[in-house]
Amino acid sequence: MKRKNAVAFAAVCAGLSLLTACGSGSSGSSGGSSSSGGAPSYNAGNNSVVNPSTKAGGTLNYGLSGVPDSTDPGSTYYAYMWNFSRLYARPLLTFKSAPGTDGLKLIPGLATGMGKVSSDGLTWTYTIQSGLKFEDGSAITTKDVKYAIERSTNYSPGILPNGPTYFQQYLTDPTYPGAFKDTTPDKLGLKGVDTPNDTTIVFHLQHPFADFDYLVTSPQTAPVPQAKDTGTKYQEHPISSGPYMFSSYDPNKGFTLVKNPNWTQASDPNDKQLVNTINVAFNVQAADLDSRLLNGSMDIDLDGTGVQTAARARILGNKTLQTKADDAVSGFLWYAALNTQVAPLNNVDCRKAIEYAVNKTTQQTAYGGPIAGGDIGTTVMPPTVVGYQKADQYSFIAQPNGDVAKAKSELQKCGQPNGFSVNISARGDRPKEVSAAQGIQEALAGIGVKAQIQQYPSGSNFSTYAGVPNFVHQHDLGIIMGGWAADWPDGFGFLSQISDGRAIKAAGNSNLQEENNPQLNQLLDKATQSPDASARNKIYAQIDQILMSDAVILPEVYAKSLLYRNPNTTNVFVTEAYGMYDYTQIGKSQ
Amino acid sequence: MITFIVRRLFGAVLMLLVVSMVTFAVFFLVPRIAGQTTDQLATQYVGRNPNPTEVHAMEVKLGLDQPIYVQYGRFLKNIVAGEDFDTGTGIVHCPPPCFGYSFKNQQEVWPQMLSALPVTGSLALGAAVIWLISGVGIGVLSALRRGTVFDRAAMSVALAGVSLPIFFTALLSLAIFRDSIPLFPDAGNYISITVDPGKWAEALVLPWVTLAFLYAALYARLTRAGMLETMNEDFIRTARAKGLSERKVVVKHGLRATLTPIITIFGLDLGLLVGGAVLTESAFSLPGLGRFAVNAINNQDLPEILGVTMLAGFFVVAANLIVDVLYAVVDPRVRF
Repeated sequence: MKRKNAVAFAAVCAGLSLLTACGSGSSGSSGGSSSSGGAPSYNAGNNSVVNPSTKAGGTLNYGLSGVPDSTDPGSTYYAYMWNFSRLYARPLLTFKSAPGTDGLKLIPGLATGMGKVSSDGLTWTYTIQSGLKFEDGSAITTKDVKYAIERSTNYSPGILPNGPTYFQQYLTDPTYPGAFKDTTPDKLGLKGVDTPNDTTIVFHLQHPFADFDYLVTSPQTAPVPQAKDTGTKYQEHPISSGPYMFSSYDPNKGFTLVKNPNWTQASDPNDKQLVNTINVAFNVQAADLDSRLLNGSMDIDLDGTGVQTAARARILGNKTLQTKADDAVSGFLWYAALNTQVAPLNNVDCRKAIEYAVNKTTQQTAYGGPIAGGDIGTTVMPPTVVGYQKADQYSFIAQPNGDVAKAKSELQKCGQPNGFSVNISARGDRPKEVSAAQGIQEALAGIGVKAQIQQYPSGSNFSTYAGVPNFVHQHDLGIIMGGWAADWPDGFGFLSQISDGRAIKAAGNSNLQEENNPQLNQLLDKATQSPDASARNKIYAQIDQILMSDAVILPEVYAKSLLYRNPNTTNVFVTEAYGMYDYTQIGKSQ
Repeated sequence: MITFIVRRLFGAVLMLLVVSMVTFAVFFLVPRIAGQTTDQLATQYVGRNPNPTEVHAMEVKLGLDQPIYVQYGRFLKNIVAGEDFDTGTGIVHCPPPCFGYSFKNQQEVWPQMLSALPVTGSLALGAAVIWLISGVGIGVLSALRRGTVFDRAAMSVALAGVSLPIFFTALLSLAIFRDSIPLFPDAGNYISITVDPGKWAEALVLPWVTLAFLYAALYARLTRAGMLETMNEDFIRTARAKGLSERKVVVKHGLRATLTPIITIFGLDLGLLVGGAVLTESAFSLPGLGRFAVNAINNQDLPEILGVTMLAGFFVVAANLIVDVLYAVVDPRVRF
């Protein structure tokens, strides 16, 4: 979920001015008070609620430099839409609206509590609150939740194509044709989900999956009333189950939300319904959007990936502006995958040589430096992922400029003392990525390795080029530049798609290094079957460690975003679950 | 006169057909020649993990499996007769003029263009009024006061106007008149004139002026050159000799002759702009046709790109037609 999918992220970035790509920011630890109700100061929003207030009324103006993949909760994958859609589409569970690590805790949404798992781990049961209503006053039942899942990308990828497909992968009945082609009379034919009564929903899994609670935070579990489903046009007016509902929608200009009269605070203690109106303007030019944020005519950049270069310079160069900014950890890792199938990188020692040789400071600078780019990465999982364990196998921090001596000795071990030739793939329309690739090229030249950079368009990078193993082998793409963030903020959500050998696909592949290590696959299975969270977290740390010692991933930076808060906005803080401001809480002071 | 207009109308339709053929070929034929398969074209519509069945179904849905001339014929037929599109969840009827259906954002193309058109229209017409009045006015004054400080100053500003790119003047005007001195705090925040004429104007003043600055400069220089030439003609001397007032000599005889080339480029400029003022709309984030075109290209949304290209082509062709007719009104030497 979330933009954590590299492909989805490609689109986020493509929509932005590529000058800053999608990361930015500096450490969340400097400045800011740790108590809730922090005063406006630099980074205060990273660990406290800035401008706490219960004042109601006003209009909140969001801007977006592009358009969302979709406002249909069943067909969206961007992190910002998963965050924002909660205002009109309440999932079964959601993340606690709180600053700091508390924001990673799961709390009930429509449900009354966490899922109850059967002893064999194959059945998950949720109970939803009774008496909940849609915006039109009709009752919300678990049938609406089941229908929402049936119609989503999971089973209708050709119709609502943008979301993830985890339910289709994990639930029984994976060949269900989707609600729109369902021939059963009530169109509720999916056998993987049962609704024994109006408040109970039961999910049947093919294999035990301990992270299932995270899966149901997806907007795909937000109820959709079948009678009001307008299919591909549903995005123009999703029927609201949250505090706000659609009042207008234009595919190129934006949309407006107003208060949902059938929502009650008592049934939804987590969300807030403060402002009267929420406007979202599409296609606001990225640099202009920043100017509007700074002059106060716009409140929030919906995208949540931080301001562009010009605004960043202005904010960081001005103490007053700085007190209104937060350098938030975005949850992204920028990395280079070292492909295990392209000779001579099929030899672990050759890959290790690259790990040692690359200048990490150059990589950090390429992505925008410590504030706009992020901290130097030393592990696969970034620090905001549950299960992260600090480690630095190759002493990236102690020797940020690379260790040429060790790199050369690794080259000896792999039988290439004079170096070798290899190709690096980078997305040509991402200047930062290209610049990072050049940094690698330069560092490798220092140990006699000749690297050629091959550039591909980001839009088709995974469908046609770097995500197609055959293409990778034919073009000797030993080093593949990429970015990744978790679909949900725990180790499995981050690691499964990029480390599971069974996840290697003929096209649209995310396991760019093509690592198919049976030990890793077993560990992932073990984690999904382990009901104990701390045991799972240990496994994730172990997987991370193996990926690093196999030298298949060269971490570059843990990405950050420099976010600007309009001083007129209230209850502002960064939710670690999405790596941006929590959009369910924000009000307006004037 | 009628025969002339009919003949020109026929020519205009023919021209539009050629434009449509070329555009269609660029987007549907060239990718194939470049080696892209129809499967690849269809793949981008079926999510992140496309399976071959879905891809093939999409190929059929988009008609990509048909020969290119069949696709082109269908495209033309849709414009005239309309078409029903199966979205997989229902049938969307697209009434004529149907420029296709975007399976990327699940919208018909024509209503989207219609919604963007008033923005671009407001921008282009407002700017055109400013640049025509100020450009021609300054040009005439400069010509009449040739060599004076006014002339030199006006022509220097005009040179600057022609030289400065829109994305520079636009950002500068925003930085000064919106962000530093908030004269137009809602600049670029387009609101329809029917909703709030005041806000409409406030949003558009800076874009108008920025865009007009570029064009006015060109028009001032053209008018000046034309006037200088005309004012030396024999018929001007005759007019003066007849005892006409200087005002009549300048406006009725001098300016009228100068206006012919001005009207030609004005028609073309306006036609081009109504088809989308790409840079101005992008710099001011105005949701007009130019921005629509840019987004369509970014999203590789073929029906939208094709539609907006055709519409822009239509405006240029229409503008040409109008200019030809206006010639007769302005220039007494033109006969049909």
